[in-house]
Amino acid sequence: MAELHLKSWRFRAEREADWRRLETLLGRAEKKGPAGLKRDEILEIPLLYRQALSSLSVARSISLDQSLVAYLESLCTRAYFFVYGARTRWPERLAGFFLRDWPRSVQALWRETLISFFLSAVATVAAYILVRRDSDWFYSFIAPDVASGRDPSAATTFLRHTLYDAPKAGQGGLTILASFLFTHNAQICLFSFALGFAFCLPTAALMVLNAGMLGAFIALFVSRDLGFEAVGWLMIHGTTELFAIVLSGAAGFSIGWAAAFPGARTRVDAIGEAGRRAATAMAGVVLMLFVAGCLEGFGRQLIQVDLVRYLIAGGMLILWLAYFYWPRKWPA
Amino acid sequence: MTDTAARNPRNVRRPRLVRPPDEGWRELVTPEGVDLRLKVASYADRFVALVIDFLIIIGGLIVVTIGLFAVALATKLAPGTEVLGALWLIGIFFVREFYFMAFEVQPRAATPGKRIMGLRVVAANGGRLTANAVFARNAMREIEVFLPLAFVFARGQGVDGALIALGAIWSGVFVIFPLFNRERRRLGDLAAGTMVVKAPKQVLKPDLADTERTASRGLAFTTAQLDAYGVKELHVLEDVLRGADRKAVAEVALRIKAKIGWDGPADIADRTFLNAYYAGLRGRLESRLLFGRRRKDKFDVG
Repeated sequence: MAELHLKSWRFRAEREADWRRLETLLGRAEKKGPAGLKRDEILEIPLLYRQALSSLSVARSISLDQSLVAYLESLCTRAYFFVYGARTRWPERLAGFFLRDWPRSVQALWRETLISFFLSAVATVAAYILVRRDSDWFYSFIAPDVASGRDPSAATTFLRHTLYDAPKAGQGGLTILASFLFTHNAQICLFSFALGFAFCLPTAALMVLNAGMLGAFIALFVSRDLGFEAVGWLMIHGTTELFAIVLSGAAGFSIGWAAAFPGARTRVDAIGEAGRRAATAMAGVVLMLFVAGCLEGFGRQLIQVDLVRYLIAGGMLILWLAYFYWPRKWPA
Repeated sequence: MTDTAARNPRNVRRPRLVRPPDEGWRELVTPEGVDLRLKVASYADRFVALVIDFLIIIGGLIVVTIGLFAVALATKLAPGTEVLGALWLIGIFFVREFYFMAFEVQPRAATPGKRIMGLRVVAANGGRLTANAVFARNAMREIEVFLPLAFVFARGQGVDGALIALGAIWSGVFVIFPLFNRERRRLGDLAAGTMVVKAPKQVLKPDLADTERTASRGLAFTTAQLDAYGVKELHVLEDVLRGADRKAVAEVALRIKAKIGWDGPADIADRTFLNAYYAGLRGRLESRLLFGRRRKDKFDVG
């Protein structure tokens, strides 16, 4: 007695199998990714998706069954995000990141990077001069727990020890130290990225504070004629780490700049655009910090010769600069 | 007099702009030209999802910590424990920063907490959600969640205390940021150009108009009886029938019988009666819909 049924009932009965098929395929694709589907099934999804979309349009105009419309809406939304979503596979995405996205986003930040570098350099020199003039300034740059005894009141022999000896047992072993340094620095970098949002100011403050610590440390060691050794001790990982911090500052600045001066776009769009570009650079910065953490935790303790330390420092710096700024054609 | 009033804009009372209440529906038109209508996720849903995610993270960390301790105790090797300690530190960092990212770059674009609450992350412009966007929105979590928490747990005396209080207020602005925009986007969403929508998985429920399945065939209504209600009432009736509240079914059946002056058999079950009336009413309204007349509710008699 099919003629007794409503039009919308028949409409549903004729198409329900297709909807259910799409639902099963989507469920599998969402669980295992496109790899969970066979070739034919992948080709089937866009067709089923368009069918479901047209069913949705029809259902909205002829059916008053609200649960049916809600079901089709949710099914079409899921299928839409699958069909039009990003489907790059991880190996491809990783290769694309290292070959193209990361160096490109860093290059795009060159102006902010210069500003960030300049700020850090000025703060370092200022802190250096201040501490050289009056060693009491040291305490306003560096908190006692960071200094851990390495302050103007320490003996020169002790300072020399800190440059060459492995940390004492109380500080934990090399691996723990390395991982601690990595997580600590990575958090600082994420902060300076995230804080850029507030019109650059907090990021600038963070950069200055960090660079101030550097300047104060160098000034202290120079005053004991340990300058050359101390710079080697700092820079073996410092070229990588400071570069990473400068880049994260630059990423923060680019967001803050977009927030303050969005130009022709709306503020929200400008921030979003800058945020996504800077985020690529930041993902790489976390990686740089991982390298720096390893150099700091292992390299610095295992390599005791100043010249080798300088060699590594310079080598890393050249490596990073060449990787980021070497002019090249971008692979598609 | 009226002339000057009209010329001077300050004297003219402009009608106050009345915005319809925003129920959070946003349009998303696919390239095929169909509006999918997305609903912005509510604060409560997002908060619960966040709490669930935190519970999962903390629970996972506790389990891993206990596991590592057990391994360390069993091996009793100094280098072994050191490596484990390092692993633990790095593990915490990665879980804290990358738990959200790892789940949100997947096709479902939602963490377990969001999945449970039926939420997902979408690009605000309806385009594709990129890995960069996911990274940006979660890197911002650092200042939206962890910075305020750090200030809340910080303790200090005198000037330090005042500074900490100021910091807490300042960082608190980030926390309440989603309260002040229509898409309920947090700072991270803004920086990434994303938003969180409610897109629960729906199951296809049986059709209530299937009179054979609901055993309500044979009950017939006159056109006048079917014209008592509109679409709004039909949807309410659908909700009642799909719900499990037997008292509501009985009450609604009583009201409808009274309203339409039901004079058919009195001994039929309430649910059967309502199913039959639902099928009849839907048939009537849908056939009028096909002729271009959508009757909004029972007061819509035009």
